[in-house]
Amino acid sequence: MNWLNAVLQGLLLGGLYALFACGLSLMFGVMRIVNLAHGDFAVLAAFLAYSTVSGTPLGILGATIVVIPVFALLGYLTQRTLIQRALQTGPLSTLLVTFGLSIIIQNLLLQGYSADTRALPAGSLVSASLKLSGQVSISYLALLTFGLAVVVLLGLQAFLSRTALGRMLRATADDREAATLVGADSRHLYGVATAIAFATVALAGLLFAMRSSFDPSIGPTRLLFAFEAVVIGGLGSLWGTLLGGMVLGLAQTIGAQLDPALTLLAGHVIFLAVLAFRPQGLIPARSTA
Amino acid sequence: MTTLLEVAGLTVHHGQLAAVSDVDLSVAEGEIVAVIGANGAGKSTLLGAVAGAHRASAGTVTFAGRDVTRLPAHRRVAAGICLVPEGRRLFPSLTVEENLLTGRYRGRNGPWTLPRVVDLFPWMAQRRRQVSAQLSGGEQQAVAIGRALVANPRLLLLDELSLGLAPVVVRRIYEVLPEIIASGTSILLVEQDVGQALRVADRVHCLLEGRGVLAGRPADLSVADVERAYFGLRSSPALAGEAGPAPDAEPVEGGSR
Amino acid sequence: MSAPTQRRSVTDGLLDRAAGPVSVRRGGRASAWTGVGLFAVVAVMAYLPYVAYTTVTDALITFLLLLTVSSMWNLLAGYAGLVSVGQQAYLGLGAYAVLQLSDWGVQPFVGVFLAAGVCAVIAVPTSLLAFRLRGDYFAVGTWVIAEVYRLVMVRDTALGGGSGRSLTTLSTLDQSLREALTYWVALAVAVLSVLAGYLLIRSRLGLALTAVRDNEVAAASAGVDVGRAKRAVYLLSAAGTGAAGGVLLVSSLRVQPDTVFGVQWSAYMIFIVIIGGLGYLEGPLIGSLIFFALQRWLADYGVWYLVLLGAIAVAAAVWLPRGVWGAVSSRGVRLFGVGYRLDAKR
Repeated sequence: MNWLNAVLQGLLLGGLYALFACGLSLMFGVMRIVNLAHGDFAVLAAFLAYSTVSGTPLGILGATIVVIPVFALLGYLTQRTLIQRALQTGPLSTLLVTFGLSIIIQNLLLQGYSADTRALPAGSLVSASLKLSGQVSISYLALLTFGLAVVVLLGLQAFLSRTALGRMLRATADDREAATLVGADSRHLYGVATAIAFATVALAGLLFAMRSSFDPSIGPTRLLFAFEAVVIGGLGSLWGTLLGGMVLGLAQTIGAQLDPALTLLAGHVIFLAVLAFRPQGLIPARSTA
Repeated sequence: MTTLLEVAGLTVHHGQLAAVSDVDLSVAEGEIVAVIGANGAGKSTLLGAVAGAHRASAGTVTFAGRDVTRLPAHRRVAAGICLVPEGRRLFPSLTVEENLLTGRYRGRNGPWTLPRVVDLFPWMAQRRRQVSAQLSGGEQQAVAIGRALVANPRLLLLDELSLGLAPVVVRRIYEVLPEIIASGTSILLVEQDVGQALRVADRVHCLLEGRGVLAGRPADLSVADVERAYFGLRSSPALAGEAGPAPDAEPVEGGSR
Repeated sequence: MSAPTQRRSVTDGLLDRAAGPVSVRRGGRASAWTGVGLFAVVAVMAYLPYVAYTTVTDALITFLLLLTVSSMWNLLAGYAGLVSVGQQAYLGLGAYAVLQLSDWGVQPFVGVFLAAGVCAVIAVPTSLLAFRLRGDYFAVGTWVIAEVYRLVMVRDTALGGGSGRSLTTLSTLDQSLREALTYWVALAVAVLSVLAGYLLIRSRLGLALTAVRDNEVAAASAGVDVGRAKRAVYLLSAAGTGAAGGVLLVSSLRVQPDTVFGVQWSAYMIFIVIIGGLGYLEGPLIGSLIFFALQRWLADYGVWYLVLLGAIAVAAAVWLPRGVWGAVSSRGVRLFGVGYRLDAKR
């Protein structure tokens, strides 16, 4: 049945959205800022992978192995140079800096790659699917994406709760000054958070590029989806982000079943409904500072 | 006794206000030095400047022979200075154990390990996993001290330990200080409760409106001396009939012997 | 006080001066001259359709549009502390309102002012949703809401659906008359927007907003209804932006959902206000001039113009956070009389 298909696709899509969202959520949790260029960095990663695959002997896996660490480094540097300065200037500055970056990235990509859509060749992974019954099948890529999302979230949670660095990140998020007094250099820790955020959003961008075509302008929509997933799931909860992503994905695919033009609107409406009736999200965080 | 901390001519501004003006102070190895003074006298700012939380506009802070005046706050822990801030400032979403562990982040090796801190405050053994936001004031103070101890500082800075705590709790907290000294850590503390400060300190400094107005051993200072310095009354035989603070008064200095 | 040294301190001097009567002024000489100057400028601008080419007035319409939307954004962000990346919602709704009203027989030039009211009404339930988010999340939330309005309007095929529609009811007018009327409406909307901002800031509400901007909790405990104050500004901003949307429609004679609901308008508003000076009434004026000049000068450079805009925004956010006017006014110059000056009467 097409409906069952739609439901399954939507739930699995949630994994991709959770991957987009976890970086946004981490940066907001630690630094209290939203990176308006979040989605654009994902698109940048996709284009970088595209060029790597078409320009070098590296395949898609090789490109992934190259792009993700590069983006982690890019995130650390972006934080230490631009974002840190903006943080010190004032609350509006980070919004502006990231908005400016968004415009710059989109237009540089437009200049370099034109507005044509591309796709990342993932080969058999894209087309192959698992047939569950006559009309229900799930693509291996969707399964892989969801699986990777869960692994990343598990890893992130383990990092935050078990490692010293993760503990200091949480401490800095609670009380930056007190963290300084126990020896935490907040600039370095913010850099680490941003590096993780950029790495996860790069992975999300690559996985997205493997399943859909992409062009320089789709960044902002990815940002909005990530944002919606975080709000629906509940600020401050990693697994809430996965749940939020799944709810969003489900809303979109069911909306698409009703009318393809309703896809985006359905997701937005669910977001607004959560905002109206359960603003703390599905899994509210334990209240802290 | 060797001098561990030497503060000379320290001035710290909050905006245009000089919260600390030209203060001299020293702490020797194995000493407990207390800084007392009324609200707004600049005590916490002084401690903050030693910890690096406030920038000095003038003067120097020398620690173990090294000029740390310009050393950023987050590097002072590794240098051996740890501050237990006013109001505890635990990390609310972290557990007791995690709070203590944060002290180890840039801490040094030494006698103070996590188990030893738990020995110092035995109630912690059962409550390691408790989120620190749920602790009582006294318990939070203990965790805050533990967090600083775990870094094995040479100089422990204690800011207003008694703030918001019941007297019996305060006494119990102060009872652990001798063991801290015995382990090789010196203490510089700020205290609103003058009696408590005089009981526990080897030497006392009194601040008034940012300036040092009195310094000496508790045994050598009379209650009247301390009162005068604390409230800023001018030393005059005919105190009766003269009320009110005179901010232009010359500082009354007791020598440090 | 029988102090041995009878020093007269600064405090004593000030106390002496304050002991006498004090007068409170809202503006100074500069603001008086500005008032006269601006009036003269507006008068000259109103006369332009009689003497200038339509290329001039058309260009000025763009400038006036930018001035309107940026002034409204400045009120929202600079005075109410609400940074919105979704004001394009009202730009689009205003344009569509004028289109719909003209279908129902309302003269579009009148419709522009009605659109302001329509948008203010729509802003009421919108604010109930949007205000559930704070800070950066509020910014993105408003963006989502703008997207929702876009997607909803696109579903209305009578109003053009996804590809938009033209406004035809003005084709009966003589062309130069239509262009002149469009220009005057744009001028009126811009003047009213700036005036509304000026009056708002000078009012009690403006004082309340300044208090909220400085310290929300303290303002609330002093009796300021913070929620209502912010909502009032949000509604005013929606109204002004809605009217601007109407102007956009009557000047381009066509509405296209992706253009009119596009987030690039937020980019323009943000850029103008940041460059000009956030939280100063003079800011949008200066910013609009600079932006307008940049737009004319760099229009041939395609994407590089946008890259440069982005780069300037980044640089300004980091190094010139208070904008051009902020840097200038730190020397105490105010063109608009919205401050308070105390003069001791001698």
